[in-house]
This record gives sequence, structure tokens and C-alpha cells, in this order.
Amino acid sequence: MIVRLIAGVPGRGLALLGALLAALTAAPLFASDYLLTVLILILYFAYIGQAWNIMMGFAGQLSLGHALYVGLGAYTAAALFVHFGIGPWLGLAAAVPAAALIGAFIGFLAFRFRVAGVYFAILTIAFAEFARLGFDHLSWTGGSGGLFLPVSQFTHNDLWRLRGHPVMFYYILLAATALAFLICRALLQSRVGYFWRAIREDEEVARSTGIDTFHYKMIAVVISAAMTSFAGVMHAFYYNNLFPEQVFHILRSIEIILGPIVGGVGTLFGPILGAFVLTGLAETLTAALAALGIDLPGAKQVFYGICLLLVVTALPEGIWPWLSRRIGLAEKSQ
Amino acid sequence: MAGLVPAIRVLRIEKTRDQAVPADIYLNVAVGGVLTGLVYGLMALGLSVIFGVVRVVNFAHGEMMTLAMYIAITLFTAFHLDPLVMLVPIASVMFVFGYVLQVRLINPFITRPDYMQFLLLVAVAIIIVNGLLIAFGPDVKSVQVSYAFDSFQVGPLIIDATKLYAAVAAIVVSAALFAFFRYTRHGTAIRACADNYTGALVVGLDVKQFYALTFGLGAACVGAAGVMLLLIVDVTPALGPAYTLLAFVIVITGGLGSMPGALLGGVLIGLTEAMAGLLFTPSAKSMFAFAILVLVLLLRPEGIMGKRAA
Amino acid sequence: MSALLSLYGVSKRFRGLVAVDHVGFEVSEGGIFAVIGPNGAGKTTLFNLIAGMLPPDGGTIIFAGERIDGLPADQICRRGIGRTFQIVRPFPALSVEDNVIVGALLHRRHVDSARAHAHEVLRRLDLYDKRDRRASALTLPDRKRLEVARSLASDPKLLLLDEVMAGLRPTETDRMVAILRELNRETGLTILLIEHVMRAVMALASRILVLHHGAAIAQGTPADIVRNPAVIDSYLGAEALS
Repeated sequence: MIVRLIAGVPGRGLALLGALLAALTAAPLFASDYLLTVLILILYFAYIGQAWNIMMGFAGQLSLGHALYVGLGAYTAAALFVHFGIGPWLGLAAAVPAAALIGAFIGFLAFRFRVAGVYFAILTIAFAEFARLGFDHLSWTGGSGGLFLPVSQFTHNDLWRLRGHPVMFYYILLAATALAFLICRALLQSRVGYFWRAIREDEEVARSTGIDTFHYKMIAVVISAAMTSFAGVMHAFYYNNLFPEQVFHILRSIEIILGPIVGGVGTLFGPILGAFVLTGLAETLTAALAALGIDLPGAKQVFYGICLLLVVTALPEGIWPWLSRRIGLAEKSQ
Repeated sequence: MAGLVPAIRVLRIEKTRDQAVPADIYLNVAVGGVLTGLVYGLMALGLSVIFGVVRVVNFAHGEMMTLAMYIAITLFTAFHLDPLVMLVPIASVMFVFGYVLQVRLINPFITRPDYMQFLLLVAVAIIIVNGLLIAFGPDVKSVQVSYAFDSFQVGPLIIDATKLYAAVAAIVVSAALFAFFRYTRHGTAIRACADNYTGALVVGLDVKQFYALTFGLGAACVGAAGVMLLLIVDVTPALGPAYTLLAFVIVITGGLGSMPGALLGGVLIGLTEAMAGLLFTPSAKSMFAFAILVLVLLLRPEGIMGKRAA
Repeated sequence: MSALLSLYGVSKRFRGLVAVDHVGFEVSEGGIFAVIGPNGAGKTTLFNLIAGMLPPDGGTIIFAGERIDGLPADQICRRGIGRTFQIVRPFPALSVEDNVIVGALLHRRHVDSARAHAHEVLRRLDLYDKRDRRASALTLPDRKRLEVARSLASDPKLLLLDEVMAGLRPTETDRMVAILRELNRETGLTILLIEHVMRAVMALASRILVLHHGAAIAQGTPADIVRNPAVIDSYLGAEALS
């Protein structure tokens, strides 16, 4: 199994990945508290970016409402914790299926009714907006006033209830990102991956080649939604508060897609690289502005917008395809 | 920021506990909704025209409108010029903005896949919204014209002056746009480009130029709509995305690429929102809009009056 | 020889235009059957009806003893009909090898066995050496061969070829004819082809159907067709008999 995963990868690539993983594993020992929070954010976006990339980069379905799955995961686990004291790891058992189910529902509606391309994207936006407004009225999850998780202490790490020092979240997200990377690699190499890429390239021809496109698109949506909801659970227990206005907002959905697009849609390493570049630079910008005493809410988003603009116009494939070709590590599926 | 359309000035109703809401109120709210809906229609008209011709989904539509609104506010605060007076200049500025946007950012990438152009405009939208946030801050701003609280009484109907003027302006601008496309050479040329890209090229039309012209017109529309809307609502930068989505709902419901459809959709949505706001809680009215959007996308994606989009 | 594919009174209309007008014919198993006719005669529409991309407005289509008219394209492909497109449509960003693997995976669960089969097919189509190239980077003749390879990899019983010789030079045409003849002879693959290149049609087909304005105006052996006055009038012309 491991042999299959690393088959065909040049030694240099494996070495680089290994070095990156080692560096990230050791990072908390050397990083300041602030840097640690930045790294957590980077890993969070790297993870979700990979989940989103499965739907868009592999199967070619543009989702601009992925915040829906983050929110569903977050709210399900958080509500279970607040009302019944159910820990997050058990909460996952409810959160993931909930998100997967909603994803399947949206997918079913869209694919059954042949809603594709930009229309599909608009549909995903509509559902996320619906959730945003809907959760505002859901008193069981706190309504628009928000849902707050009881914060007990930061002295010792309670892994079961995810109460404790941010370092705990760091390692969980690091493991999740690494695992997601391996999962994506395995998926791409599998029969499902081939069929996804065929659908992405030309859905009509894919159907003529015998592929049940409805079935495989559904698989992509469900896997993507399920994976994303895990990040939602982490989000809830890390920030300890949830507001529908923020969690489901379309800007969250856009933040999710920026990493993979800037890094390279459809590649394995693109979403990870994109998260590092984008979030890393954005936080540097904010820190620099803060150091100069300037507080500009919205400066970070303008930066994101400019990055998106530059990538779409100058480097549509993303940074990783361009970079990887230069260092001789181009992914086969590019 | 709750709900899709904040702070619409509604008549203050005094209800005693056991009294049903009198029929008059329904009528007034409905009429108010229709009038506001006409302005929505103009906004959506811009989007429809852009999509119908250039085949680009303008994700920055609401943001462009918000930009126009802030320009109007700035001019009002500085020179006390009534928004309606500034309609033409502001629309012209937006025309130039749209034209340049098309020429510089969209035309060069017209052959790229759809979603790429979509994302391009998403980027523009993000930059505009947050640029406005940096420049003006998140606080709600509004324009207080001298006739802000005037109203006309027609039998049982009490009509807000602001809404009436805005609606009339919307009708005038829409009519002008219709006339342009129907009766002028440029308008006909644009329709040709929309109908058949290759054919238009073959006949020697500079399609890219016309695309730019069209985007400029769409932007002018939305700019004008913004100025009119300023009489009715208050503005924050976050309004941008909200109105982009609203424009999508209207255009898809009414029919992507259909100009009458956009106006019809606008009135429909304006009416639905107003009635839902009266019958349910105000914030639920936006959910109605999205429910309609989902239904239309699923059941009749070409909308009420649309032709099948490419 | 039993009929692998039978059509009875198949029709398709697009608003006012009758594209396919009560067409009927049989393709026997293991045979090579050609459909010819002037442009706009309805040949590609006919293929689209058989392959499931469009549902017919009337008539029946029977494949391997079962009705397939109205079934979706992916189901028809899974039952054993492969097709190529008049305007070549390989999966552009995928490599040549990956394109064919997609086809091979139809009836194979494992990527490794699919890859092995894909290599076999690529070798047969003279594409093995180019297997790592991006499909979009190939020349037209190679892309045509790639489409054939992709279809072939899904182990079809019937292969629909839509003008696969168009744009090929005579040597390439001969090569393609040879490959198709080989396939037909060695594996018993039934082939139904639309062609304008008469050289290829005469070399391959054992039976020919001539379409004109959506209707069948002649059907028979190549020798019959070439002498048929209606066919000569509408399509071949007196000089095209070389």
C-alpha cells in the first residue's frame, strides 16, 4: 500500500516532503505563540483546501459554498457538546454524516437536474446563504447571538474534549493535513480518480466512455463534504464560539478556495502550497501593518483579492505547477 | 448585519394585540415592494445584459453598485447634491469603470474556461468591498434628502415619495436601455454579437469593442440603480455581496439573458421580500429569495422568460 | 451470421428538420458496415442515436438482442458499444496512457490491470511510444488513433467510428485501415463506420448504407452501391469511383 502511494515519485520529492513534515513537526518547539496560531491557520486552510480540491480539482465541480460543510460540522459537534456534554471525537460521528448527507442532497438535486458549471456554483452559494440565514433563527444552536463552548482551562491538554493549549490543535491539524494528502494521492491513483479526471475534462465524452457520471460526481461531493466537516469540528473547539453570520458567510467559502486556486487546482501539493503562501503572506501583512500602528480591517481581504486576480490572469494553473516544473518535480496528473 | 436588505423604511404600524393587520397595510407594503422591485429590476437588468451578451457572470455586480452608492454619498455629503440629480454623472463614471474592466481584465481572457472568468470577477468583488471598507469603514451610511419622509396619498394607498421617484427613474432608465438595443445601430450590433459571436466577427463587427460597450452599459445600469436605491436603503460595504446574490436570484428567476425577465424578476422579488417581511420576520424574507433561486435552478433554469443560456 | 445491431424505422427530428427519417438496417456480428452520404445527411445524428447521446423520436434499436433506444450513453457503452467523435475529443489534460486507462477501467476494477490492457491497445495503435505525452499535445492523426484506442480499451463488441479517416494522409489512412482490418479479423470486433474517404470504405466495408436527407436511399455490397444510380447522383459522382 505504501509502495503504491510512493510509486513514481522521484526521491527528491519524497525527501522534500519528509523534510517539510519534519520541520512542521518540530515547529512548535521553536515558534512563538503568535507564529503557532498562524501555522494552525495555515494547516487549517491546507486541510480544507485539499478537501475542496477533490470536488473541483479532481472532479471538476465548482463549489462556492463550502463554508456550509464547515458550519454544519462545527455546529453539530458544538451543539452536542454544549447540550449533552458529548466530546468532539464522538461528535464527529454525528457531524460528518450530517455534512455528507447535506452534500449528497445538494449533489443529488444539482446532478439530477443537470445544473452544471457556473449555475452549480450559484446553487452552492444559495445553500450556504440559506444555512446562514436559517441558523440565525435556530435557537437550539444559539441563533444569531452565537453558540459558545464552555472554556475551562488552558493548563493541561484534554485531548478527549479538546480543551487545552493550541499546540494540541496544531498536531491534530498537522496529522489531518498529512492524512488528507495521502488520501488524495490514493484517490487520484485509483479507478475513482481516473473517472473523476475524465469527468472534469469532458463530462459528455466521459459518459460516452461508459462512466456513470452522476454516481462519481456524487462520490466526490460526499467525500469532500465529509472531510470538510472535520475541519468544522476543529474550528468550533478551537475558537469556542460560532456565529452563523461568520461561519456560513460567502467570504469564508471564498477563503477556502483561494489556497487551492493560488497553489494549483487539481494538483496534490497545490492546496498546501497555496495555504502557506496566501495565509503566510496575509498574516505577515497584518503583522507589518500592526507594527506600523495601522489597523486596516479589510486589508487582508484586499490582499487576497489581488492574489486571486494575479493568479487567474498570470498563472492560471497556480503556483505549484509552474514551480514544480522548474524544480523537476511536476506531478504526473498535471 | 442581519438579512439581505437592511433598513428599508417601512411605515410604522401600530398594532393592538387583538387587531388583525388591516388590508390597507398589505396593499401599501405590496406597492412599496413593487416600487423597490423596479429598482432591483434595473440592477438585475445590468447583470442580464452583461451575461446575455458577453456571457460572463458578473460576480462583482452588487459591489459595483455599492461603489456607485458610496460615490453618491460622498458627493451628497460634500456638495449636498440630490442623488437623482447625480444619476447621469455617476452612471457615466460607472460606464467608464465597466468599460475599462472589460477591456483590461476580461477581454484578454475571453477564451478561458467559464469558471476562470467567474473567479476573476470574484477577485474584483473582494477588492471593491474591502477597498470600500478601508475607505469608509463598516458603519452604515445614508442619504437624507429633503423629501425623505414625504408621501403621496392615493385613496387608501400611501406611497413613499422616495420609492416613487426611484421607481420612476428606474423605469425611465430601463426604457432608455430597451430603446438603445432596439433602435440604435450600436444596440443592434450588440444584439448580433450576443446572438452569434462568429457570425458577428465575419460581418466585421469589432466584437471585443462591443463587449466593452455592453459591460459599460451594464455597469451604468447598476450604478444608476444604486443611486436610486440610496433613496430607499442605507449603505454598508457588506451590501455588495448581498446585492450580487440578489441580482443573481432575480436574473435567474426572470431568465438569464432576458431583459423583460430581469424587470419582471425584480418586481417579483421586491414584492415577495416585502410581503414576507410583513408576514414573517424581516430576516426570513431573504430565505425566500434563496428558496426561489434553488427552485428555479432546478426546475426551470432558463427562468420565467429566458431563452436557454449557452 | 446473426445481427449484432438492428435498427427499425429510427427517426429523429429537430423542431422542423427531420434529421433521420425512418432508417432501418442490420449489422451482422463480426462484419464491417459503412454509412456514407453527403454532409448533412444525418450520419452523425444516427450515431448519436445509437450511442445514446440523443433519444430517437421513433423506431427501435436492438443491440445483442436487447432494446437500447432511449438508454443513456454510459449504459449503452457498458453494454458494449464504443464510439469516436467526428471532432476529436480526447481528455486534453490527461496523458495518452491515462486516456486509454479510463477506457480500460470500464470493465476492470484495478488500475494495474487496466494499465496493462491499455499498453496492449496502445501498441496495437502505434501509440505506445507516446504514452506519456499530454493528449492535447498530439497531432491530429495521433489524436484520432487515441480516440480509437480509448474506445477499444473498453472491450466493445461494436465500435462506432465517425469519420476517423478525415484529415489523414493516404499513408496514414492505409495504416488505419490495416489496423481496423486486423482488429476485425483477430478479435471479431464489429465495426460501424461513417466515412467520406471512399478509399477506406471500399477497402473495409462488406456492406454499405447510403443516407441522403436523413433517409436511406441504398443499401448493399460495395459493388452494388458504387453502381447505384441514385447514389451516384446524390453523392459519389461519376468520377469518384477510384
